[in-house]
Amino acid sequence: MVIGMKEQTMDRRAAVAKLLAARNGALVVTGLGSPSYDVHAAGDSLGNFYLWGAMGGAALTGLGLAQAQPDKRVMVITGDGEMLMALGAIATIAVASPRNLDIIVLDNQQYGETGMQASHTARGIELDKIAAAAGFSDTGELRSLEEVEVLTERLDQRAQGPRLFVLKINAENLPRSLPPRDAVFIKNRFRAHLGYATC
Amino acid sequence: MSVEQTEQAVKIRDVPPQWPESLYRILKAADIQQMSYVPDAGHATLIRLFCADSEVRSNVLSSEEEGIAIATGAWLGGQRSVVLMQSSGVGNCINMLSLPVQSRTPLLMLVTMRGEWGEFNPWQVPMGQATEAALRAIGVTVLRAETAADVVDMVEQAAGMAFEGDQQIAVLLGQRLLGKKKW
Repeated sequence: MVIGMKEQTMDRRAAVAKLLAARNGALVVTGLGSPSYDVHAAGDSLGNFYLWGAMGGAALTGLGLAQAQPDKRVMVITGDGEMLMALGAIATIAVASPRNLDIIVLDNQQYGETGMQASHTARGIELDKIAAAAGFSDTGELRSLEEVEVLTERLDQRAQGPRLFVLKINAENLPRSLPPRDAVFIKNRFRAHLGYATC
Repeated sequence: MSVEQTEQAVKIRDVPPQWPESLYRILKAADIQQMSYVPDAGHATLIRLFCADSEVRSNVLSSEEEGIAIATGAWLGGQRSVVLMQSSGVGNCINMLSLPVQSRTPLLMLVTMRGEWGEFNPWQVPMGQATEAALRAIGVTVLRAETAADVVDMVEQAAGMAFEGDQQIAVLLGQRLLGKKKW
């Protein structure tokens, strides 16, 4: 069977590894579940803040961080289900209009952690179109690693506002690569990485 | 928000105008650099003062839990913030509060109360009555102010506990302090 362009998807770990290899000092916030495992699998970093819960909070944690660190790029790497729980965040981020916040949605159109139930994106909801309609400065849907390669160069250019890209990935549960679950530890080492004291 | 809009908000909520200005000075002295809010008559003066302050990044929210995540991200990036909301919004925040509670990230919420004193709208009562219990249940420390003198003192102490002691604190501003909403 010939797979048409619209159905093509990519390997999530390879896509995330490409994005992180080109992070160039960017700070990273991950959404709970597989995106946290993907980012951890690409290599743990002091500049990573992994969420294990607070579903719907990744993009806005990124916003607060981006506003506090205007000279650094912040990349939020999350899933379609996590972003769907934060549709209002797209409006709030568009209004705030940070020039250093990029959101990467790893979209397998399923809730992988709970047994692969179809998400809204399997039924026609396009998160990049929602972000574009809200006023994000750059958006798109990507279906191949070659496109991700080009995206890394685009992300390295200074943005005019927030950017959101949907990466259509294979629907599969890969072996888990678990980041530390101790949120205090992750917070303290992240702040120390930026030169801030703990309590 | 314009001065006229603030005056209008004061008129519909009968807010005594002085203490919000004291709160603003205290929050500035506490080095608040980000403020997020869902519009609210009780917080109208504070919202106007922060939004006019170019040193503070103000974010209008579509729902209150967004402010909890923003405040956590701000602290990760080295900045202190405050989240302003009405008691009805506390219910929206509960699961998101697991983020600052679990990461022991400083959090300062100022919550104007509805549904507890002179309330005309019965729909405000369930969440107003549940506000303090819900916050305590998820692990947030709750302080409560009933007078203008109280609120200024209490917010100053709450900011110290939050930012010097890594605590998650909500200060509830009693409906009697805010005045009746005029219908």
